[in-house]
Amino acid sequence: MTSRIDQDQVQHVASLAKLSLDDNQLKYFTTQLDDIIGLFETLSEVDTDGIKPTSSVSDQINVMREDVADNWGQRDALLANAPEAEDGYIKVPVIIDESEDED
Amino acid sequence: MNYFDKDLTSLHEDLVNKKISATDLTKATFDNIDTTDADVAAFLNLNKDAALKKAAELDEKGIDADNILAGIPVAIKDNIVTKCLTTTAASKMLENFKPIYDATATKKVNESGMINVGKTNMDEFAMGGSTENSAFKTTKNAWDYTRVPGGSSGGSAAAVASGQVVAALGSDTGGSIRQPASFNGVVGMKPTYGRVSRWGLIAFGSSLDEIGPITRTVKDNALILSAIAGHDDHDLTTSTNEVPDFAAGLNADTNVKGMKIGLPKEFLGEGVDKDVQDAILAAADKYRELGATVDEVSLPHNKYGVAAYYIISSSEASSNLQRFDGIRYGYRADDTKSLEDVYVKSRSEGFGDEVKRRIMLGTFSLSAGFYDAYFKKAAQVRTLIINDFQKVLKDYDFIMGPVAPTPAYKIGEDVDDPMTMYMNDILTIPVNLAGLPGMSIPAGFSNGLPIGMQLIGRPFDETTLYKAAYTFEQATDFHKQTPNAGGKN
Repeated sequence: MTSRIDQDQVQHVASLAKLSLDDNQLKYFTTQLDDIIGLFETLSEVDTDGIKPTSSVSDQINVMREDVADNWGQRDALLANAPEAEDGYIKVPVIIDESEDED
Repeated sequence: MNYFDKDLTSLHEDLVNKKISATDLTKATFDNIDTTDADVAAFLNLNKDAALKKAAELDEKGIDADNILAGIPVAIKDNIVTKCLTTTAASKMLENFKPIYDATATKKVNESGMINVGKTNMDEFAMGGSTENSAFKTTKNAWDYTRVPGGSSGGSAAAVASGQVVAALGSDTGGSIRQPASFNGVVGMKPTYGRVSRWGLIAFGSSLDEIGPITRTVKDNALILSAIAGHDDHDLTTSTNEVPDFAAGLNADTNVKGMKIGLPKEFLGEGVDKDVQDAILAAADKYRELGATVDEVSLPHNKYGVAAYYIISSSEASSNLQRFDGIRYGYRADDTKSLEDVYVKSRSEGFGDEVKRRIMLGTFSLSAGFYDAYFKKAAQVRTLIINDFQKVLKDYDFIMGPVAPTPAYKIGEDVDDPMTMYMNDILTIPVNLAGLPGMSIPAGFSNGLPIGMQLIGRPFDETTLYKAAYTFEQATDFHKQTPNAGGKN
């Protein structure tokens, strides 16, 4: 059976999803995703001409509310969950890749 | 002590009559969990200090004789946030995450006087049907410790079935309450979409996710659903429909006389075990004997449910799980040299394989050039699935069928085979796509393993399901059987 998704495409999808895969994982996921996308393709048997897509099954539509702050003012509690924090801010690693400066 | 021969009514009586205090009940619950959970492994995290403190407060002011839930220990699935109590969704990504607020369902549990004893194991981010995708432990089926408890709410179902608690909360995106309830021989309700607030439920597939109760009995289930349901300003997809007292109509006069039940021929087709089919056909005869009519009906698009579901739920998951980037909370990888690196390494190290698989399937289905063929097509098929249900439920009070094609399978049997795992959801998934209420109740055994029956109702008509489930329960004794320490004894 012809493949529906190849390793290059899986690599592309992984990069869109901010995931990195090593060679083994790439092979493993490509086979599995190919099978599953084969299942997805069974939908092409269904005639959906003129059928509206459903995105929500809620009985509520466009609910409005006052634009007021709620559940706020918990900076310290929030920061306690940050991997690193300092002086009331979330701390991130150095974000400039210095190895690229050599170009 | 275990909860095998207890229900909310008997426990409440004992608490009001001071046969046992809330403190002693909570202590006894923890003692039993400490003993049994070495085998069952239902819990990720116990809430001992806060639970005992709350029990003491309840004892101090006296158990409210008018509140059947006061002082009752319950468990909560670990994707429902609990303030100050670690909530992981069974993911390494959230291993040390302490929520700063309570989910609305948690808040309602607490306000009702129930005591949260701890957080139950699950498939990572609720993605899976066996609880084997937990990053932390393997929960066992209460009836056979070599078998899966189902999933993703496997911890909640195993905890109730093994007598650790009388009730637990689960969540159901494609069958995650009903299937583990079926595998463990307990009662699980996935309410109508919008019945229970999703505020504080760690999002997987937002148009499908729903919180609901898992209990030993139908009446207990109804009592707890009434307590956690209702409109919530924090979740504007919740309905403004009034929440009935679901247990009010469950008594000696409850019956199914004159009810019309549809049994879809697609639910007893290829791939459904003979024992499961036989149990459902016997249940149909039981309903006839009890005064209902059961007719064969058809849901012609049911077979496309799995494909449509895995496109839609994975697409929603791919979007919902973007928030886990290693910056504000959750897991952050070491040795990163750029911002991109923080995102990629944290996500690649923090998520397990099934979560990665779903994120990639969703990203693929939504990506340029594929959107119309996959996501849009699935959303159109969803409409056809809804239409099938509407057509049947116009003429029938509810639909009956199996929950899962088989009883619980062996741990490790299917874990590396996602296609087989996904196909196992074929009977539960369409209900989520249509947003309908669906429940699982005990309806038989196959080689000592429970078989669940699924009842599917009209939107916001959980009342009919509870009545039909209660009538069946009172006329059978499947729910009275209890597991013998997972087959150890």
